[in-house]
Amino acid sequence: MNIDKRIVDDLVANDISFVTTVPCKQLAGVIDEVEARDGIFHIPSNKEDEGMGLCAGAFMGGKRPMIIMQNTAIGVTINTLATLTQYYRMPLPMLISYRGELREPVACQVEMAVHTKALLAQMNIPTYHFHWQKDVEEFDNILKYTFMCNKPVAILTDANFWGGYGDQ
Amino acid sequence: MIRSEILREIAPIIRDHLVVCNIGLPSQELHMIDDQPTNFYMLGTMGLSSSIGLGLALAQDKTVISIDGDGSVLTNLGTLPTIANNVADNYILLIIDNGSYGSTGDQPTYAGKKTKLENVAEACGCENVITVQDKDLGPVLQKAIDDRKMTVIVCKCDSGNIKLPVITMDPVVIRHRFMQAVQA
Ligand SMILES: [Mg+2]
Repeated sequence: MNIDKRIVDDLVANDISFVTTVPCKQLAGVIDEVEARDGIFHIPSNKEDEGMGLCAGAFMGGKRPMIIMQNTAIGVTINTLATLTQYYRMPLPMLISYRGELREPVACQVEMAVHTKALLAQMNIPTYHFHWQKDVEEFDNILKYTFMCNKPVAILTDANFWGGYGDQ
Repeated sequence: MIRSEILREIAPIIRDHLVVCNIGLPSQELHMIDDQPTNFYMLGTMGLSSSIGLGLALAQDKTVISIDGDGSVLTNLGTLPTIANNVADNYILLIIDNGSYGSTGDQPTYAGKKTKLENVAEACGCENVITVQDKDLGPVLQKAIDDRKMTVIVCKCDSGNIKLPVITMDPVVIRHRFMQAVQA
């Protein structure tokens, strides 16, 4: 199974047509796939709160948006999540590269990883953690759930899910 | 002229278009001067008016005007390269540049000192950047709307505020009303 293709197939099947991304090594394949798909408008952001603004606008313009980012972004976007996405009750699936978890080679990434789930819980953001490749089977349901309840929803995907970093 | 005088003057020009209005006094002023279902008032999240407006413009065909401030653009400078590289010809970014953080008590911004936001926008790759003095804004804005070409307008004006109430409308009501106007 090509995991990148599988994820983007689920986006298309759920009518998600506006995707903003901030780069991450683990997400590179998904980002390439998003860029390549005809049915998806891909707009890279310089910062994740900017991306959430773009998604808010796209949602109000009638498109289903999504943001793809690293978990470090949770530290950047708390205010935006609280006063824009949640306050105006807008749906936003957040596909998040969960750096600093099992099989992470970069020690500093752990420093935000240990706060990630606590911050999401504090924000009452529904949170799912993909650790094994088969966990992707839940993705379609999570997307449907997100647009049913009009909330930001986090999908944390760790290095094990992506197959690790090879020899690193 | 101060911002509220400018908004009063351009209200008839923007009232039939989709407007995303910056947090704080700009939204409160526009709400008081000419409340419209086509206005999206930001109640929080300083800096994202331009991003919300761009996302909206890219998602549908109606003209979108983001009303932003110099301080708010400085807070989200990354927006300018994103705007420049994702051209939406139904999008106008109107930066009301009074050189100060109006909503917080008129502390000076760097835009009121050495930094020229019009030059920043051009350096970021924005192709139609117009600098205009407050009293001349109306016709410039009308032309930008009529031309259907993505435009960044930097409107220089005086700092200063009027006393007015906060917006008490519920955010979900603002959003719902706005989305109905988008679809109308
Ligand atoms: Mg200002």
